[in-house]
Amino acid sequence: MAIELSAVRYRYAGASVFALRSIDLRLEPGRVVGVAGANEAGKSTVCLVASGLAPGVVGGLLEGSVRIDGVETATLRPHELAQRCGLLFQNAATQVSNTTATVFEEVGFGPCNLGLPVSEVGNRAWWALRAVGIEKLAARDPARLSGGEGQLVALASVLALRPKYLILDEPTSELDPAGTSLVADALGRVARETGAGILLVEHKTDVLAQIANEVVVLERGAVALAGAAAPTLADPRLAELGVEPPAAVRLERMVRAAGLEWTAAVAEAIE
Amino acid sequence: MTASGSPARGSTRRVPPPPAPSIEFEAVSFAYPDGTRALADVSLRIEPGEMLAIVGQNGSGKSTLVRHLNGLLRPTGGRVLMDGTDIRPVHVAHLAARVGLAFQNPDRQLFAGHVSAEVEFGPRNLGIRGAELAERVALALAAVGLEGVAGANPYDLGYSRRKLLALASVLAMRTPVLILDEPTTGQDARGVARVQDVVARAAADGRTVIAISHDMRFVAECFRRVVVMRAGRVALDGLPSAVFAEAAWPELRAAYLEPPLPAVAGARLGLGATPTGSEFVAALAAGLRNR
Repeated sequence: MAIELSAVRYRYAGASVFALRSIDLRLEPGRVVGVAGANEAGKSTVCLVASGLAPGVVGGLLEGSVRIDGVETATLRPHELAQRCGLLFQNAATQVSNTTATVFEEVGFGPCNLGLPVSEVGNRAWWALRAVGIEKLAARDPARLSGGEGQLVALASVLALRPKYLILDEPTSELDPAGTSLVADALGRVARETGAGILLVEHKTDVLAQIANEVVVLERGAVALAGAAAPTLADPRLAELGVEPPAAVRLERMVRAAGLEWTAAVAEAIE
Repeated sequence: MTASGSPARGSTRRVPPPPAPSIEFEAVSFAYPDGTRALADVSLRIEPGEMLAIVGQNGSGKSTLVRHLNGLLRPTGGRVLMDGTDIRPVHVAHLAARVGLAFQNPDRQLFAGHVSAEVEFGPRNLGIRGAELAERVALALAAVGLEGVAGANPYDLGYSRRKLLALASVLAMRTPVLILDEPTTGQDARGVARVQDVVARAAADGRTVIAISHDMRFVAECFRRVVVMRAGRVALDGLPSAVFAEAAWPELRAAYLEPPLPAVAGARLGLGATPTGSEFVAALAAGLRNR
C-alpha cells in the first residue's frame, strides 16, 4: 500500500527539457513526506505526476512507473484517481468550483460528487471545516475571501474527500504564522487519525520539521537528498540546494560557528 | 552575477532618487464600501529613510494601510500627509513618482509581452527615455537576478520569478518610497537573500522602505522598526528588540504572531532581547565570558 514513483522522468507537452529527470519516492498511508527544493526544481511537477494528473489530464511524456496501491496511474480514469488521491494546487484560487453560494457548500461539493448520502456530506464538510479551524467561514461567499482564507477553504475541500493520499502543493504559502501552525497541526492530526498519506511541498522547513516523517529535496528534477526528516533537514548541503534550514538548525549552526559551547541548556532553549 | 553589458551594481547610486518625504498617518480610518472596517484611527509617523516592517494576522489591515500611500485608497476618516501636506487632492499618477508599491500577488501587476517591456513601463510613464531608461531596466533586472531572461514572456517564468519581476518593475521607477507587500512569499533561500539585498541597497540610497511580511526572521534581520497591526489598529511599534522582547509576547500572540526563535531562545536563557540569530550568538558569547 503506497504511492510509488520509480525512475520517473517527465516532460511537459511542447517542452524540450525534462522537468523531472530522476525521481524515486514512496508515500505510505499515515506518513507525511515533505518535498523541498529551490524554485523550479520540480516540486509542483512531482505533485502532478504523483496524483496521476500528469500525463493523464495535463499531457506530456512520462517514463518510469507511477503506481497508487500497485496500480499504474496511467490505467486509472480521472474519477478513479480522485477517489484515491486528493490534490491541492499551489494557487488555491484556481481550485474553487465557482458554483456554490457558501463555503459550507463549497467544502461539501466534492463529497456530494462522490454520491454520498446527504447526512454524510454534511458531516464531512463540518469535520473538514473544523480540522482547519474555519467553521466561522461556513456561511461566507467563497468568492469573497482573503487569500489566506481561500487557501484554507481549498484545503478543507480536499480534506472533505477523505482521500487515502493527499498531495498538497504549498498549502501555507499565503497564511500568517498562526494560520501556518494551525494547518501544520491539522495535517499531522489527519495523518495520524485518518491514516492518510500526505505528500507536502513546503518552503517553510519549520513546518516539515514539525510534522514530516521523511523529507525529499529536489534539484533540477532529481532527488538530491532523501531520508528521515530530522537528519535531512540538518544536512549541510541543504543551503546549497536553495532550501532554508529550519530556524533551530540555523541557530545551532550559528552558535557552533561562533566557537561557542553547545550545552544542554542551549539545546533545550532552541528546541 | 552581472551579465556582460549590464552596468555594475554600485552604479545605482549615480542617479540617486529624490529625497524621501516624511509620511504621517493622522488618525486614519478606512471602511470598504461593504462596511468592512479595515483601519481604525491609525496614527503613525515615518521619517525619511526609515526601514519599517508591518506585521499582523491575515486581514489585520496591513495592505489597506500601505495602499493609502500611493492613493489607491483614500481614508474615510483622518489624513495622510507627505512632507506635511495632505495627499488627498494629489492624483495617483503624481503619487506614483514618489511611492512604488510591489503587490503581494504579482499576477495583479504583470501584463507586458516580455520581461524588459514590463520593467520599462513604470519609468517610461514617468517620462524616462533613451539611455537612462535602458540603464534603469538593466539595473533593476540585475538587482533581482533576472538579467538573463529580459526577452522572456513574464508568464513563462515560475511564480517566484514573476514575483521578483514585479519587484524589479517597481525598483526601476526609483521612487523615494518603496513598499513591498509580502516580498518573500514563495521565494526559496536564494530568492529571500535577493530581496534582503534589494531592501539593504534601497535603504543605503536613502529611500524609505516599508515591507509587509509574515516572515519574522526577515523582519527582525532587515528592519529597524516593526509595526504590529491588529484588527485595523497599531498594537505595537518599536525596534525589533522591543517588539520581539518577552514583555511584548502577550500582545504579539494576541495579534496571532510568534516571536522569532532567537528571541524565544534568548529569553529562555535570560540573555535579554535577541530578535536575530547574530544578536543571540553575541549575547550568548557575552554571557559565557561573564560567568
